[in-house]
Amino acid sequence: MRGMEAGGVSAGKRRVYVPRDSAARSVGADAVAERIAAAGAEVVRTGSRGMLWLEPLVEVETPAGRVGYGPVAPEDVDGLVAAGLLDGQGESIGVVEDLPWMRRQQRVTFTRVGIVDPRSPEDYEAHGGLAGLRTALRMSPADVVEEVVTSGLRGRGGAGFPTGIKWRTVLGADADIKFVCCNADEGDSGTFADRMLIEGDPFTLIEGMTIAAHAVGASEGYVYLRSEYPDAVETLTEAIEAARARGWLGERILGSDLTFDLHVRVGAGAYICGEETSMLESLEGKRGQVRAKPPIPALEGLFGRPTVVNNVLSLASVPAILADGAEAYAALGVGRSRGTSVFQLGGNIARGGIVETAFGITLGELVDDLGGGTASGRPARAVQVGGPLGAYLPVEKFDLPMDYEAFAAAGAMLGHGGIVVFDDTVDMAAMARFAFSFCAEESCGKCTPCRVGAVRGVETIDRIRTGQEREKNLVLLEDLCELMTDGSLCAMGGLTPMPVRSAVRHFGEDFAK
Amino acid sequence: MTTDVTDLAAVRVQRIREIATARRDLRGPLIPILHAVQEDLGHIDQADVPVIAEVLNLSAAEVHGVVTFYRDFRRAPGGRATMRICQAEACQAVGAEALGAHARRRLGVEFGETTSDGAVTLDEVFCLGNCALGPAVQVDGRLHGRVSPARLDALLGEVAR
Repeated sequence: MRGMEAGGVSAGKRRVYVPRDSAARSVGADAVAERIAAAGAEVVRTGSRGMLWLEPLVEVETPAGRVGYGPVAPEDVDGLVAAGLLDGQGESIGVVEDLPWMRRQQRVTFTRVGIVDPRSPEDYEAHGGLAGLRTALRMSPADVVEEVVTSGLRGRGGAGFPTGIKWRTVLGADADIKFVCCNADEGDSGTFADRMLIEGDPFTLIEGMTIAAHAVGASEGYVYLRSEYPDAVETLTEAIEAARARGWLGERILGSDLTFDLHVRVGAGAYICGEETSMLESLEGKRGQVRAKPPIPALEGLFGRPTVVNNVLSLASVPAILADGAEAYAALGVGRSRGTSVFQLGGNIARGGIVETAFGITLGELVDDLGGGTASGRPARAVQVGGPLGAYLPVEKFDLPMDYEAFAAAGAMLGHGGIVVFDDTVDMAAMARFAFSFCAEESCGKCTPCRVGAVRGVETIDRIRTGQEREKNLVLLEDLCELMTDGSLCAMGGLTPMPVRSAVRHFGEDFAK
Repeated sequence: MTTDVTDLAAVRVQRIREIATARRDLRGPLIPILHAVQEDLGHIDQADVPVIAEVLNLSAAEVHGVVTFYRDFRRAPGGRATMRICQAEACQAVGAEALGAHARRRLGVEFGETTSDGAVTLDEVFCLGNCALGPAVQVDGRLHGRVSPARLDALLGEVAR
């Protein structure tokens, strides 16, 4: 724990926490940290608590807990210090853990994010890290798999497939080598939880992947991390090196028989590589073109070998499931959506950030109660849930519970839990056009419905928007959407119609102007 | 000094071969090699393609196909600085399109182009993971949030020096 060591050496120095998360850095956290250090405090750089509207959020350790100040601009620091910041005095926002935003949450996957120094393996262990892996290593692989099945954990990447069932398939497959791949190609607009987890608590992901390796009999793992996240690449690479140095990766992990090593592979700016088979092609060094399924990656994945492919949040939820038991995790949530989900509030929102809570909270509670409505102060008009391939929903749908099945029934999808808010200045026909043009730009080109359909979609919406045979072209648009949904090889072409159709259905007036 | 061009080309081939050979034993080495070439030499030249292909025992067409598939890989030198402006939905909700238009006007280039003095390459990007603090901009890998046109001008002023 670099923080604690330094604290021990220079007793009496106040410990102050300043995030090094790239979102916090994007609004000046580095300069704030420098000024606070210059004022004589011992500064520990952590991840972000996820209250992004308060960044840079400075926290001071006091007997009552960590007292917060934010947002703090570099030029505010000297005044705050003069007013007693280093003693938790002055104009603070109070004890961070007691803020309504934090109290409303149930942090399981994000339990350490914003609290620990992400570069410190000692800090990780001191805050409960490795408990899940130690438990798993005392169990047989099949028992670990069944524990994950019992937890009800479903893939947090979007499709929502039960994680334990996938693992069971890989465990049952016979091969000379098996792989665990983490899909950290978080390309969906409005999603940033993978990035924040990796930047704020990378050892949790490493531990989750190691548990997966033990459960399925894999010896090698890869994290496919997008190049747009250079801070995350650096943090994870350092964490893997630190884990290797401590015997948390490599041969005989924690003294067990498990051998598993982990590598980071950096993407190269292709959205489609967030699709699991494209990601595997890319990891093999090829163009990121999707594969037809079957065969499923669990049987023939990376280099044709049985492969676990899971999202960051799925894998990062596993250590807590093993540490606290599947029942504790399954006790949270509603219906077939068990446990917690990490929702992300973005776009035109007053209080944007991370909300980890059990499934079942409503869309309106997230956007209005926690998010505080729009940043512009104008009325909210639409939210897009689940990334660029998710539906646009009107405020009339704010009573929808965040639950895989409830969203599917409403013609929408939860996806990776990203929620993007738009105010009443949004032109929904323009957003529908953008969905097609994004698909045209990012299509891998393998199947015709996606490659050609996206281009035809842009043209058709342009004709509708300029009033050329509007009714006829709206029928054609629906026909095209049906064909892409049914005929595309993967979710890129198959789900691009979702934002388009939902825009037409809920905001039809924007297509009649 | 008529031999300079040939010498430079030979030096580059040698460097490409070193980079590729050092990574040849990785699983799926091609993309790590291409990243390393671009990091070291600024772009991936067409003449680099057969050299990499030879080291990996691939066809030049296979390597070419990968280079051209991914947006990150530059086939010509970029500017001394690269500014990427997020144009995805969350940033659009807070004015990213207007910010992009401002940057294009101000620099006199389109997305994907470099200013004539070689100072700045401007590009669009779809999501930098800063969706609650948009519009987001990345300058040489460094993330900036809540970027107004005035702040963008200030960022350009810093990189133009």
